[in-house]
Amino acid sequence: MSALLQEMSERALRLGVPFTVQIDLTYRCNEQCVHCYLDHDDHGEMTTAEIKHLLREMAEAGVFILTFSGGEIFLRKDFFEILECARSLTFCIKLKTNAVLIREAQAARLRDLGVAAIQVSIYSHRPEVHDAITKVPGSLRRSINAIRFLKSQGLKVTIANVLMTGNMEDYNRVRELAEELGAEYTLDPTVTPMMDGDRSILELNAGESALRQLFRDEAFVGNAEQYCAPPPAADADSMRSLPCSAGHTACYISPYGEFYPCVQFPLSCGNVRQQRFIDIWRNSEQLKEVRSIRLRDLSSCSQCAHGGSCTRCPGLAFLEGNMRGPSTADCEKSFARTGIPSANLLAKKASGSAPRLVQIQLVPAITGNRLSGMGARQAL
Amino acid sequence: MGRRLYIARSPRIAARKLGEEMLVMSGHGSTLFTLNPTATILWQAADGATPLDEIVEHRICGEFEVQPEEALRDAEALAEDLAKHGILRISEEPIAEQTRSQQPAAAPGKPMQETR
Repeated sequence: MSALLQEMSERALRLGVPFTVQIDLTYRCNEQCVHCYLDHDDHGEMTTAEIKHLLREMAEAGVFILTFSGGEIFLRKDFFEILECARSLTFCIKLKTNAVLIREAQAARLRDLGVAAIQVSIYSHRPEVHDAITKVPGSLRRSINAIRFLKSQGLKVTIANVLMTGNMEDYNRVRELAEELGAEYTLDPTVTPMMDGDRSILELNAGESALRQLFRDEAFVGNAEQYCAPPPAADADSMRSLPCSAGHTACYISPYGEFYPCVQFPLSCGNVRQQRFIDIWRNSEQLKEVRSIRLRDLSSCSQCAHGGSCTRCPGLAFLEGNMRGPSTADCEKSFARTGIPSANLLAKKASGSAPRLVQIQLVPAITGNRLSGMGARQAL
Repeated sequence: MGRRLYIARSPRIAARKLGEEMLVMSGHGSTLFTLNPTATILWQAADGATPLDEIVEHRICGEFEVQPEEALRDAEALAEDLAKHGILRISEEPIAEQTRSQQPAAAPGKPMQETR
C-alpha cells in the first residue's frame, strides 16, 4: 500500500468511514475449484436494482475502493450494467475473476470504464495441474488468453495463486508466468474453511515444510534472515493495536445482502435488503464488538511470543469458534517462519490435540482422483 | 479577452471526499492524489461547459481573498498540472460528453499531493 493510501486509510479509521468494501455479486461459478469455500447454488441473489441502490448508499457513506468478486462475476448478465453504475458513482473499482469469460471486447469495455485493477486466479503454469484444481479443461489457456487481452488494453492485472498440496511445486513458475505476462503476482499460503464452517478442505493446505520453504524464498519475502527472525516482544502499542481492518475501515456484502466484517469473517451484522448500509455500519452490535477487540483482549495471543508480529486473522479465529481466540493457520505460519511455536500450538501440544492444519506426512502429488469430489474455493 | 479555457473531469478517474480532502485516483489505479480546497472547487466545477475564468470568478474569488488575474493564472497552472496526470481535460472549446453524474461530494491541502 502506498504511503498516501495508508494515510487515507488511517484517516478513514479516525472518521469511521467504510473505506473499502467487497461485494460478491454471485456465488455461482463456472469453475469448481477444489479449495473453494463457497456454496455455489443461487439462494436468491440481489437484483440489479437492489445492487444499484446499495451502490448509491455506499457512495454516500464514503466508500472509495470497491471490489466486485464472487463466484464468477461475469456470470451475471447485468455485470456491465452494475459496473457502469459503480463507475458513474466514481468508485475505485477492483475485480476478482477467473477471467475465463473475458475476450477482447470485454477487456476493452473494462478499460473504457476505468477499472483500476483485475485479479485473476491462476494456480499453476501447467494445464494439467491448474485445470485439475478448477475442474474445467482448458481453463488455464482461457485465463491466460484473457490476461493478454487485459494487458493489451493497458489494464493492471494481478495473478492470485493459492498454495496447496496439488500445486506447491509450481508457485515460482506461476510467478515467472506473471512476469512474462506483465502482471503482478500474489500468493496466499492458506486454504481456509468453508463459510458454513466445514473444515474438510483444510486437508488441502500445503503443510509446514512447504511453508518453511516459501518463507525462506527471497523472491517472495525479501531478506529471509530478517523475515524469519524471532519476533520482537509485543510492546504497549502492539497491545492496543487493531487486529486488522475488518469492520474498522472494511466490510463485505454477500450476493444475498448479508453484511459481514470481511469475506473471511462470516459474522452477520445485518442485511442491506432490510437496513441502510450506513445504519448497519454505524449501529450493528456485532460490528461494535469486533471493533472493541485489541490484542490485549486476546487470551492466548496476548501471552504469545508472536503477539506483536502475528498476522492473526480474526475471521479465521471466529471460524475456529472464538473471535478472541487464536487463528491456528496463522500460528502455523508463525511457527514455519521462525521455528518458535505459538502459545496456542504449545497449549494444543500440552493437551494432546494435534494442530489440524500442520501436515508433516508426505503430501501426495496431485491427480484427478485426489482432487475430485472436494469443495472449491477462489483465491482471495 | 484572450483565449478561454474549458475543463472537464476525466471519465476514468475515481474520486471520493474523505473528511476535508478529495481523493482522486487516476486512470487504471496508477496514481492517487489528494486535492486541497481550491483544487477541489476547480475539479468539482469542471463540467466541460463553464469557462475556467467564470469558475475562478464565481467559485474561487467568491470563496478566497484573491485577485482575479492572479487566481486565474494559478488556476490555469493547476488545471494543466491536473491534466498532465489525466485527472482533467482542457480545451479551448466546450468539452462535450462529460459524465455529469460523476459529481462526488466536496472537498481539499497543498493543491495536490501525489503517490504512485
